[in-house]
Amino acid sequence: MNFKLKIWRQPNQKTAGEFHDYAASNIPAEASFLEMLDIVNEGLAEGNEDPIAFDSDCREGICGMCSLVINGIPHGPGKAKTTCQLYMRRFQDGDTIWIEPFRAAPFPVVKDLVVDRSAFDRIIESGGYITARTGSAPEANSVPIGKPIADLAMEAAACIGCGACVAACPNSSAMLFVGAKVSHLGLLPQGQPERKSRAHNMVRAMDELGFGNCTNHYECEAVCPAEINRTFISRLNREYRKAAVREAVAVTVDE
Amino acid sequence: MNTQLDSKVPAGALEEKWTKHRAESKLVNPNNKRKFDIIVVGSGLAGASAAASLAEMGYGVKCFCFQDSPRRAHSIAAQGGINAAKNYQNDGDSVYRLFYDTIKGGDFRSREANVYRLAEVSANIIDQCVAQGVPFAREYGGLLANRSFGGAQVSRTFYARGQTGQQLLLGAYQALAQQIAVGGVKMFPRTELLDIVIVDGHAKGIVVRDLLSGEISSHAGDTVVLATGGYGNVFYLSTNARGCNVSATYRAYKRGAFFANPCYTQIHPTCIPVGGTYQSKLTLMSESLRNDGRVWVPKNKGDNRPPSQIPDSDRDYYLERKYPSFGNLAPRDIASRSAKEVCDEGRGVGPGGLGVYLDFAEAIGRLGEKTIRERYGNLFDIYHNITGEDAYHLPMRIYPAVHYTMGGLWVDYNLMSNVPGLHVLGEANFSDHGANRLGASALMQGLADGYFVIPSTIANYLATQLGKKVSVDRPEFNATENEVRKTVAKLLSIKGKRTATSFHRELGLLLWEKCGMARSRESLQEALQKIPSLREEFWQNLNLQGGDMELNQSLEQAGRVADFLEFAELMCLDALEREESCGGHFRVEYQTKEGEAVRDDADFCHVAAWQCTGTDSKPVRNVEPLVFENVKLATRSYK
Ligand SMILES: Cc1cc2nc3c(=O)[nH]c(=O)nc-3n(C[C@H](O)[C@H](O)[C@H](O)COP(=O)(O)OP(=O)(O)OC[C@H]3O[C@@H](n4cnc5c(N)ncnc54)[C@H](O)[C@@H]3O)c2cc1C
Ligand code: SF4
Ligand code: FES
Repeated sequence: MNFKLKIWRQPNQKTAGEFHDYAASNIPAEASFLEMLDIVNEGLAEGNEDPIAFDSDCREGICGMCSLVINGIPHGPGKAKTTCQLYMRRFQDGDTIWIEPFRAAPFPVVKDLVVDRSAFDRIIESGGYITARTGSAPEANSVPIGKPIADLAMEAAACIGCGACVAACPNSSAMLFVGAKVSHLGLLPQGQPERKSRAHNMVRAMDELGFGNCTNHYECEAVCPAEINRTFISRLNREYRKAAVREAVAVTVDE
Repeated sequence: MNTQLDSKVPAGALEEKWTKHRAESKLVNPNNKRKFDIIVVGSGLAGASAAASLAEMGYGVKCFCFQDSPRRAHSIAAQGGINAAKNYQNDGDSVYRLFYDTIKGGDFRSREANVYRLAEVSANIIDQCVAQGVPFAREYGGLLANRSFGGAQVSRTFYARGQTGQQLLLGAYQALAQQIAVGGVKMFPRTELLDIVIVDGHAKGIVVRDLLSGEISSHAGDTVVLATGGYGNVFYLSTNARGCNVSATYRAYKRGAFFANPCYTQIHPTCIPVGGTYQSKLTLMSESLRNDGRVWVPKNKGDNRPPSQIPDSDRDYYLERKYPSFGNLAPRDIASRSAKEVCDEGRGVGPGGLGVYLDFAEAIGRLGEKTIRERYGNLFDIYHNITGEDAYHLPMRIYPAVHYTMGGLWVDYNLMSNVPGLHVLGEANFSDHGANRLGASALMQGLADGYFVIPSTIANYLATQLGKKVSVDRPEFNATENEVRKTVAKLLSIKGKRTATSFHRELGLLLWEKCGMARSRESLQEALQKIPSLREEFWQNLNLQGGDMELNQSLEQAGRVADFLEFAELMCLDALEREESCGGHFRVEYQTKEGEAVRDDADFCHVAAWQCTGTDSKPVRNVEPLVFENVKLATRSYK
């Protein structure tokens, strides 16, 4: 198969970028999208040109390292897939394909198609955990958890932290990502002691890091490779309101 | 001169060694803990759990990984599950049984005391993970669920859908994040280790490259913990993530750490077959699928009928036929080799005849599609996405692929290498799996090492180091940095014609053919002859674009391939000198008439720990004899 590629090239964070044209020729239909880029990169190197920088690691949809906006869609066409799980057979021979980095103020472009998503780590550090010092845990079966709750927590926990939800959102909101983590931990009995502070601190960190608000577009849910459900955003809103009320009360008492 | 290797296994009864060792281990008092800086390289299950636990104890920890976030370490990709001797199923499991299964699965090539300890702490791991909020699968009554896994006759595997590694890693990552937030850990993502700094014979620091800025710098610490994963990518195509490398452990080897059993590599029986030369990695289908899937090929060569039209009488369920008591759950090495055999006989299926069927029709008939979907839905989806085929209605096609490496840096019972101060955890060390790892045991080992072993044993070293802190001002740091800079500059100056990928692919294919599922004296000698010339060509004809002071993924890759090109030789040498078949190491000269592996316990019941003597001179093969006091060496039989 042959494709015309329009790829965003940007030498570094400080220099402006632009689209460049490339041809991808003789690409097997069974190749993945990233393997197509590998082939293009081999060609560039052979012509003594700088290969296109893009992130990937597991190449099986679980590590969240790959990104890319393909024809305007984070992770490209198709539901519940990461970029690395996209196969060329999905495209038509001769297609023009636009490839650019995730675009969101909290995810600055580092080079070409590589962005810096460390803001997500900062959000988790603000409260996305259950404090459980190694060695202090009780017997695992001492706290039964109903299967429906455990399954729902697992659904929320499936988030791979890729950031596509932010890239898809017109406001660059991270509500789906935060909602997933707050729900995963808040649903479980182990997560109760820190439940309120978690929601509160994570939302505050999200705001401080420059992520926008959710205005109910749900583009995030549409591109999410882990099929994180928008209801986790509602759950987050409820948790956050409860936490906010508590904080308001606490502030009054302090005065 | 061969060095005497002291495993430091404590004396006493097997069941009491770990308890006794902990009681007798040195302690570092809380005030002094703050004074110690620990460098942890790697943020996978082993690295993240160690970094978090050590920081909780009060040590100052710096943690490094090459991905953009510690949460993306390769451990994230593990699917199937984690073993633990909880005996929740009341099916006769026990610490001893898990120990015995692991020793036997490893073909009696691992250390009894280490394996027993692993089985012992396995139950604590599950407790710890549940407390962190790891959403393991549960029964309707709310208690934890289990499944069985290859090489075991009990159900002791805990799982979180098909995403067990992800959920365990997120648990460890979150514990790490919590420690980063309170200042216990300083995290350095997108930072690659390029060398280890040795000061007065002790590992006291590392040299790293900031992958974004390209800057090369040093970090000093009181001890270095490597948890940098396995080297399966030496074969180019493997189930490992693209970035997995041997560089960290190999460079430690070049600084004096012994590399143990490099030839022990595991080929996983259930992967999606290779499609073409463009392919960048192979995808594993969790072997938990073998619980419900039946493996078969046509009985007759050249039977090209679609699988649905081949009646049962014309099918060969070869694992069930050859290994009636374990059947489709035979250990990995046996299942892989059997698949190769039937394909070599011309009975393979799919493109190129390099595949066998894994069929769910019977299980779907018995349990219903819904149950199968619940158990393996995401795996069936992955398979569909890659191959375009629907495994609910057509049998899957699978073929073995490189998956895991049992070899690694030699460590003693304290998980310290022969270089004082250099500790090694997880897949990066050689310790617990002998010549073959059982399914769901790597996650267990990584977390055992990180959560429970190293926090207890590291003080045995640190307690001897009070007041011996070194800083990066020591000349050894500058010297090592300069060597690293020289190598980087050299790579960039070659300006040849072939990319690192092209060299890597050639090396991988060579190893797969000559040092893969079956090895022979001739094939290994041939590889040993070809690798040096490939390496020479690499250093003369490498095409590497871009500069050093920027994000340069080609440079990162070239550095890793350079190390693979040296390490490959060590691997083949080890395979050549181990003149027996054991576990994942199958030498065609050593097999029974029926094609079963023949071990040589008289001559090879030992660990081979290789000592570097320079790039161009032959390394020394040191030996640690394996002493079995509690189990009887038996011929592994899964019939
Ligand atoms: C597809 C797949 C499925 C698997 N499924 C299972 C399963 O179901 N059950 C099971 O028990 N095991 C499974 N395994 C094996 C298991 O996942 C691994 O053995 C285990 O996760 C390794 O953990 P680790 O912490 O030792 O290393 P890794 O998770 O590989 O982490 C290595 C870390 O080191 C860092 N690193 C490496 N090199 C450098 C360097 N030079 N500089 C800086 N940092 C570096 C990386 O950034 C990373 O953080 C599976 C493996 C694969 C490939
Ligand atoms: S919620 Fe979905 S899109 Fe957002 S980071 Fe998680 S997996 Fe990616
Ligand atoms: S590379 Fe890991 S999710 Fe795409």
